[in-house]
Amino acid sequence: MIRFLLRRLAFFVLTLFLTSLLIFALTRVLPGDVAQVILGREATDAALEATREELGLNEPLLVQYVDWAASFFTGDLGQTFSSPRRDINELLGARVLNSGRLAALTLLLAVPLAVTLGVVAGLSEGKFADGLISILSLSVVSLPEFVTGLFLINVVALGMRQLPIIQSLDWWFPASSSINPNATFSEALPFLWLPAITATLVLLAYVIRLVRAGVIEELKKDYVNTATLKGIPRRRVVFNHVLRNALIPTVTVIATSTGWLLSGLVVIEFVFNYPGLGRLLIFAINNRDLPLVQAIVMVTVVIILIANFTADILYAVLNPRIKLA
Amino acid sequence: MDNIQRIVQGVLRFIRQLFGDPQTAVGTTIVLLFLFLAFFGNALAPYGANETGDIPVSAAPSTQHPFGTDTLGRDVFSRVMIGTSSIFQKAGLGTLLAVLIGTVIGLYIGYQGGWIDEATSRVIDALLAMPALLLALVILGVIRNLSLEQGSLQFLLARNSVLLVIAVVYVPIVARVVRSSTLEIKTREFVQAARIRGESLGYILFREIFPSVVPTLVVEASLRFSYAIFLVAALGFLGIGANPPTPDWGLMVEEARGGNYNIAPWALNFPAAAIALLVVGVNLMSDGIKNIVQKSE
Amino acid sequence: MSVLKAENVGISYKVNKQWIGAVREFGITVEPGEIYGIVGESGSGKSTIARGLIRYLPSNGRTEPGSRIEFLGEDISAAPPAQMRNIWGARMNLVPQNPMAALNPSIRIGKQIAELIGAHTDLSREAIMDRVIDGLERVNLADPEKLVERFPHEISGGQQQRVMIAMALSTSPKLLVLDEPTTALDVTTEAVILELVRDLIKEDETAAVYVTHNLGVVAQICDRVIVMYAGEIMADAPVYDLFYKPLHPYTIGLLNAIPQPGQTKRDRPLQTIPGRPPSLADLPQGCVYAPRCPLAIEICQTKPPLEAPEAGRLVRCHRWKELADGSINPRTVYATDEDAIITDTLDEEREPLLELDSLYKYFPTRRTVQDIIKGEKPSPVRAVDGVNMTVNRGRTYGLVGESGSGKTTLSKVVIGLFEKTGGEMILMGVELPAALRGRDRETLADLQMIFQNPQNSLNPYLTVGQSIRRPLMKLGGLSRTEAETEVRRLLKAVNLREEYATRYPNELSGGEKQRVAIARAFASNPMLILADEPVSALDVSVQSAVLNLLARLQKDRDAAYIFISHDLSVVSYLADYIAVMYLGHLVEVGEAQELHQPPLHPYTEALVSAIPIPDPARREDPVLLNENIPSARDIPSGCRFHTRCPRKIGAICETDAPPWRADGEGHYIRCHIPIDELIEAQRKTLPEVEHS
Repeated sequence: MIRFLLRRLAFFVLTLFLTSLLIFALTRVLPGDVAQVILGREATDAALEATREELGLNEPLLVQYVDWAASFFTGDLGQTFSSPRRDINELLGARVLNSGRLAALTLLLAVPLAVTLGVVAGLSEGKFADGLISILSLSVVSLPEFVTGLFLINVVALGMRQLPIIQSLDWWFPASSSINPNATFSEALPFLWLPAITATLVLLAYVIRLVRAGVIEELKKDYVNTATLKGIPRRRVVFNHVLRNALIPTVTVIATSTGWLLSGLVVIEFVFNYPGLGRLLIFAINNRDLPLVQAIVMVTVVIILIANFTADILYAVLNPRIKLA
Repeated sequence: MDNIQRIVQGVLRFIRQLFGDPQTAVGTTIVLLFLFLAFFGNALAPYGANETGDIPVSAAPSTQHPFGTDTLGRDVFSRVMIGTSSIFQKAGLGTLLAVLIGTVIGLYIGYQGGWIDEATSRVIDALLAMPALLLALVILGVIRNLSLEQGSLQFLLARNSVLLVIAVVYVPIVARVVRSSTLEIKTREFVQAARIRGESLGYILFREIFPSVVPTLVVEASLRFSYAIFLVAALGFLGIGANPPTPDWGLMVEEARGGNYNIAPWALNFPAAAIALLVVGVNLMSDGIKNIVQKSE
Repeated sequence: MSVLKAENVGISYKVNKQWIGAVREFGITVEPGEIYGIVGESGSGKSTIARGLIRYLPSNGRTEPGSRIEFLGEDISAAPPAQMRNIWGARMNLVPQNPMAALNPSIRIGKQIAELIGAHTDLSREAIMDRVIDGLERVNLADPEKLVERFPHEISGGQQQRVMIAMALSTSPKLLVLDEPTTALDVTTEAVILELVRDLIKEDETAAVYVTHNLGVVAQICDRVIVMYAGEIMADAPVYDLFYKPLHPYTIGLLNAIPQPGQTKRDRPLQTIPGRPPSLADLPQGCVYAPRCPLAIEICQTKPPLEAPEAGRLVRCHRWKELADGSINPRTVYATDEDAIITDTLDEEREPLLELDSLYKYFPTRRTVQDIIKGEKPSPVRAVDGVNMTVNRGRTYGLVGESGSGKTTLSKVVIGLFEKTGGEMILMGVELPAALRGRDRETLADLQMIFQNPQNSLNPYLTVGQSIRRPLMKLGGLSRTEAETEVRRLLKAVNLREEYATRYPNELSGGEKQRVAIARAFASNPMLILADEPVSALDVSVQSAVLNLLARLQKDRDAAYIFISHDLSVVSYLADYIAVMYLGHLVEVGEAQELHQPPLHPYTEALVSAIPIPDPARREDPVLLNENIPSARDIPSGCRFHTRCPRKIGAICETDAPPWRADGEGHYIRCHIPIDELIEAQRKTLPEVEHS
């Protein structure tokens, strides 16, 4: 077990290191002159020089990387570059919380639903229920998140508000989408549920497909025959034998879908004007705020890697075939 | 040449199979229709992409303007038609490039194994830890702020940045798929027989292993294509993949939302529907391809 | 009352919207305590009927109306699954071929058996667990209390199969169906399992249906046998009658195609059955066997009935009477391949071709935490651990041993697919480079390989012609047109028609693919061919033709073979010399015909005695070995075999490496027991061998 953990941990650190190199290369090396990128084409030489000085751009690249990585790992993300200058730590804290709530609600909605539908589809392969679920997930997977999101805003939210009955349900359809940064989960819920449904739809098809494939694969295995020939009821064969093995990989699926979800959230937050990490990223890019871009991307990657790491561990714990010794 | 004949026969049989199943036939037809528009949409469009002139502003769909006009008075039907070529160029060629590069990398590291494979795989893992959209956003966000000399190589690359970004984000995925397929195929005995004959690396990779990878590759490529369309559309929508007034489907949706939606909803609905329809088509086709490949194995 | 009585059973599969009859007009009656064999080649329908009898068919299969399957007097041929669930597990159990796949990987062994008992009894949890442990004890599994806590992947294949048998017997079923239960196991383990199954079935008075492709297994374990071909019963007889008085040409063909113990290629070539089994979708009119049958005459165009030559026997052949009254001699039904007769003797001394001098191949392993703490290097897998061997021109060397003995690794080191760790390889007096890229064209051409799995040994995207042409041009230096001519000549040499050159592998049967692979190996005119289990994936009727082909090509082309096989009867048939390998080194080297008489290394003795002999009159108790084969990472001290050796003489076996002992006639044994004593001890136990 220790050995396994150490190996996974080593992978985690290595991947983190490589990704940080990549992000550094993309945001510091690729642009050529970072100061020029930040300040725009009309910047004066003096302003450029001041920026270079502040960001340490005159140092050799290696020193720059070490400085940058060190400050990141000590938890000091520096300041934004666009005015008003703000502490990135502070800014990100609130945004991560908001995105986290959205992601959590999405997973809460999507995972049970997707697993159930995936299992049902897998068990009834080729039959009516399977076809129905396939068509459903195909149509959902064919709609980009911004199209679903806009549909929900324009048709459901705005449309419903005009219906007399719904008007009493103002709580569900707040007129603006600005959340108080200190809002509790229940206070934030009215702003959350439409984006969460959009994100759920995005995830749904992805998870359904994988769970369905897993169930179908397990059903073909020989041990299912052994179990059936024990003369036990079909549902026990399914629950005790098939699902036990088919759902173990789902842990990994959910972890990989975190990455999927986070990138989906960029678009969804933009559509709903929801103050999360994703919208901040678009803002940072549009304002050429490279330090902020770096910070957001790094935080996202760390979250994804932690999710993957946790999934690896969980998978190993759940699956006796992996030797932990 | 019996090989060329066989490939042609194989392709023809494949196309017949694509039209053999109703769902796949629908999907393939949709994709072919859009492909046709990608080539000839520009010539067939009744109006120019940014032609305004005498056209009424925010007009509802009519025989004159089947998809209506937007708030600036541009014909939405024409813009959707003309926009087809850009999505195929970016998503289609990007996918193709990713498949080509990814296949070579995947074949090579999968066959060679050892530390080259180990190192490359770790880099691929690192690249895959970043969601495609995020990676694309960062690259594009940086590139579009560069001041480049007109006509220089960098300028040329930057002009096709979305295409290149699609290739960059999908190369690792394709490479990983091809690698795992190669890992299995290289243990087969005909590959060992080729090694025993002292065949060169290139011969073994491309003559012995590659044909057996093709089925997997076709499935993966069609899947990648549908995601690439998504990605291009999302980048356009976020205002980063295309600049106004390009008739990019994603950008059209972005421009028509918010307040404009109340005035000219069709300017949003039609490009959105075009994206959805194309993706449905590609997905149906890719499902069909997967079934055909599985059946033939 | 009979436990199982089936009549006129038909089973069909729906393939591409068309129903195909996989089994037709099947009938069987199994009494308590009786082991009924069903034998046939792939595609004969034997597994289908096994599943059909217990009413467990895949979703695209159906039992034809009119079939009658009586189980304990009750017709279950149309019983719905709900009804079958009361029978399955309680009174009828299946032991499948692959125990690893048949056990649920994520459930502990005890719980899996307990689930079956719990489903059919009202016992308490503790009582069930007691029964589980009793059951595991009955199949001779050591330490059952610990075993119940383990997962399937933590135990060996032989142990897994015992668990499956313990599970199948745990509810004292009336009927046990065994579907090739030993096919995936080593011959030594097979012997153990067979004996166990036979004893338990007799003890419990269970009725058993035993499905296998192996006539040796049939002879060893079955009371009665049904021979199936293309979905139909060809013959049904008591096991003695089937082997001693065969009345069907197909049975005769099968029996004559397998080498008898002690039979070598110098005695006489194996007989072969021409052609290949028909496709079930396109069965011949009349007798299904007629297209391959040398006795087929005009009447065989009509379907022969299943007749009873005597009570308790059935045969489906128009000409059984001639076979029964002796007017047709079973020995001459099939033609002998005259070309495959070998006339030279081993007396002629041949010059050495390949010499291996203390050859080593170690595979490094990953460091464990313990290794790091102790600061030790991880011990490598010593796959080939000091092999000395000389291969002479034009001779065949059989390399035998259990799986994991290192025989395949050895061949791959010689061929260059693995690079040696140490030692020397000399090919015709010249050092053989370890790596393939260090070998020049002639060396590459001199060494070729034939692989086990015909399915994978040809590139599916190249035609047969392209596959054979490549080595001709690349290694033989022929021009394109010369190569085309040579391809045709080679195809003819392996008994394939010229037009095969344009075919793709998926249009060929397994035996045909293997012939193409052989033609490809011979294309560069090699001096030495390494053949790694070249016939083990083939059906009996095809196997003999390939063996004859190999013998004939050797005679024509004077190539030497290193022939690797787990099947000792095949090896001793084809090989001139035998080398027995155990845990990375050789323990015995000698002439092949000496393999069946003392003296033998105790390991060889166990291997030989474990061969299921295709003769029901010879059911000697095999020398049983325990299945705990030591790991090649951790090879025992002294004699490597001492942990399993039934003839261990004392502490010396554990401490000192045994010496090579010679009998003075080129036969060497690495053992602490002197040759004379080995002869003395083994004379009593080893079966007699008749030389014909």
